[in-house]
Amino acid sequence: MTAPLLATVALSRAFGALAALNRVSLEVAPRERRAIIGPNGAGKTTLFNVITGQLAPTAGRILLEGTPIGGLSPHAVARRGISRSFQRNNLFPKLPVEENLRLAAAATAPGTWDLLGSIARRRGPLDRAREVAGVIGLSERLGEPAGRLSYGEQRQLEVGVALATAPRLLLLDEPTAGMSPEETRRMTRMLEALPREVTLLIIEHDMDVVGSLADRVTVLHYGEVLTEGTFAQVKADPRVYEVYLGSA
Amino acid sequence: MPVDLFAQALNGLAYGVLLFLLSVGLTLIFGMLDVVNLAHGSFYMLGAYAGLSLIAGTGNFWLALLLAPLAVGLVGALVEVTCLRPLYRRPPLDQVLLTFGFIYLFEDLVKWIWGGRIRSIPPPDLFSGSVSVWGAIIPSYRLFVIVFGLVMAVLLWLLIERTRLGAIIRAGVFDAEMTGGLGINIRRVFTAVFAFGAALGGLSGVIAGPIQSAYPSMGVAILIPALIVVVVGGLGSLKGSLVGSLVIGQAETFGKAWLPDAAMLIIYVVMATVMLVRPQGLFGRPLK
Amino acid sequence: MTARLIGFAALVVLAALFPLVAGNYPVKLLQEILIWGIFAMSLDVLMGYAGMVSFGHSAFFGIGGYVAALALAENPGLVSALVLPALAAGLAALVIGFFSIRVSGVYFIMLTLAFSQMFYAYAFQVSWLGAEDGIVGIPRPALPGVDLANIRSFHGYLLGLFVVVALGLWRVVRSPFGHVLRGIHENEARMEAVGYAVDRYKLLAFAIAGVFAGLAGSLYAQFNGSITPDAFFWTTSGEALLMVIIGGTGTLGGAVLGAAAFILLQSLVSTYTERWMLILGVTFILFVLFVPGGIVGALRGRVGLRA
Repeated sequence: MTAPLLATVALSRAFGALAALNRVSLEVAPRERRAIIGPNGAGKTTLFNVITGQLAPTAGRILLEGTPIGGLSPHAVARRGISRSFQRNNLFPKLPVEENLRLAAAATAPGTWDLLGSIARRRGPLDRAREVAGVIGLSERLGEPAGRLSYGEQRQLEVGVALATAPRLLLLDEPTAGMSPEETRRMTRMLEALPREVTLLIIEHDMDVVGSLADRVTVLHYGEVLTEGTFAQVKADPRVYEVYLGSA
Repeated sequence: MPVDLFAQALNGLAYGVLLFLLSVGLTLIFGMLDVVNLAHGSFYMLGAYAGLSLIAGTGNFWLALLLAPLAVGLVGALVEVTCLRPLYRRPPLDQVLLTFGFIYLFEDLVKWIWGGRIRSIPPPDLFSGSVSVWGAIIPSYRLFVIVFGLVMAVLLWLLIERTRLGAIIRAGVFDAEMTGGLGINIRRVFTAVFAFGAALGGLSGVIAGPIQSAYPSMGVAILIPALIVVVVGGLGSLKGSLVGSLVIGQAETFGKAWLPDAAMLIIYVVMATVMLVRPQGLFGRPLK
Repeated sequence: MTARLIGFAALVVLAALFPLVAGNYPVKLLQEILIWGIFAMSLDVLMGYAGMVSFGHSAFFGIGGYVAALALAENPGLVSALVLPALAAGLAALVIGFFSIRVSGVYFIMLTLAFSQMFYAYAFQVSWLGAEDGIVGIPRPALPGVDLANIRSFHGYLLGLFVVVALGLWRVVRSPFGHVLRGIHENEARMEAVGYAVDRYKLLAFAIAGVFAGLAGSLYAQFNGSITPDAFFWTTSGEALLMVIIGGTGTLGGAVLGAAAFILLQSLVSTYTERWMLILGVTFILFVLFVPGGIVGALRGRVGLRA
């Protein structure tokens, strides 16, 4: 058994009297692809927000390869190799696609404090941007302002920006939200093709996507872990069925 | 010495009333519209000049006291509808910048119509003398201002806390989008609040006339103390405006008398400290 | 891009030749435009590129002016004229920026305003800074072989500095750092999420803007021969904001255009009518409402870069 890449230990986050997360413990192994599912309001996005440092936990710990990262600021978490995409597109609308990706790629590269140089001379982030553009299928649209892309393309770019930072752990929050079946298939294929070096943690509602991608599935309900297992195990669990049906 | 102290305190109280009436408008406008109306001092100035003309024209201070705020409120409504409303979709900073442009417009307009010299305004006959309060001699007009201020504070409190309109205003200050979602015509409320705030500023200006006289830069001069009141008291809070203006009114008055070198400096340091330590001020709603 | 450089070079040549064809008054107007152009450009770096709207930029302008006044009285050299004021302003910007960056939006506006008013209040009161009257009799720096009291020599000195500053700032906004600022302006939260320590970049932007505002203030003191507390007053920041918006935020060239528009309005219009302030106010309001991209934006036929 390899040591987990990411581990949360009794992680909790409360908003006043509301327990959005309640003693959530999970472990994600390196190279694993884990799906987080659960009805709306189960705390999935809150979990992501706490892991990435946008919210501080009210109790419990978060460990990245054994090192505690709870309470770190978002940029510090990102610099440790955790990157995330957002449920609602969170891009740089007036900047071209290439710049969206380049900014993300350049974040941890040297040169961001360069006052007098030129970005054209810093090949690393530019090459990475072009590489990711190829992966997400936007190589033809590099010069287009992100705000002018179609919704599906923006969703692709949304994942691309997170990917451009070359993370060890990639958190994707409903990457296929609002997409057509064709766009969803394209996104699923793209995610399947990602190298295993990038550990994936995906919040998804689309069970086809979960079935194709996930090695293991964690089910959240009212901020607690209901159950965990392979997709087949979770699908067969009557409690999961009830939880989804009950909140339909 | 104690008598001088008391006289100073009364002066500070009168000044505090002027700040209160001015800052209520400023704080409500910020609370509801997220706009720091930098032209708010201009409403104060317009009120003073409107008062000047109405008194000169009718010879009646009380008529001016009634009509000048209405006129200024109308100007406020006009500004809101024609210039601010189109900007609501834009970031609030655009609106703040717009109000800065109005400072120039109003100040020059006033210079054009009334000339640039300082114009003195006589207090009403009823309050043109001096009066002795516990040994301190002050102009009776200032006493009137203090009492008027307290009455207005009570009336405003009743309006905000006890009427349906006040409930709408409080809801709007708390969350404008939600309030609009409840089916209330939020745009009309915005205009009403802006006009009301302007009218209060104008009222403050009319009352200030006999004390400060009227001069074109009086709006810019009082804007900063009003902003400080709003920051310290809390953006969007009536109680905050009252407490803040009483505190700042006394601080400025005593400060100028005792520590002229450091008075304003200390007040700005207080403003900065409040913004850093407790940005919502004493009584403001917690920041979004 | 080379077209822009050629255009800029052409304008610089015209500006350099101007004293040969024009009288003292127009030349002084041009000099004022250059000085305020530097001030406005420094604000544009902060506002148009980093997206930080500050009403306290006059603090650094004033610091530059007063430090220059005090230093030149002791030692009328270039260090006093340029280095010390810029350094002092930059240090002040680091301190003020450190505190101000903790808040954003309208709170940032009001906090920066409060800081600049502190300087105003202090300078207005204390006698060692001349209190209400400020400092007069500020000498121009003594350069070997050049008499800067001569209007043409001063013109060359000023224009030279302006070109260096303009080119320098142009480099900065196009540098990798400048791109980071633009990213912060567009979507600060995402920049944090991908790993940028946003506050540190904002602080450097604030400091850079402060340095050049201080330089502008120092040049203003040298130009006028005097400096008053009004340099600190919040309306001085407001005027720079006016210039940036009328010219076009996020363009640098727009800032200089705006400075020119403001100063020409002030001087030319006031020869025909006393109502230049009214016209300026109305112009500004119209620009905010209908021409958000400023003159440059309108010329380019698109809406401005401001988010």
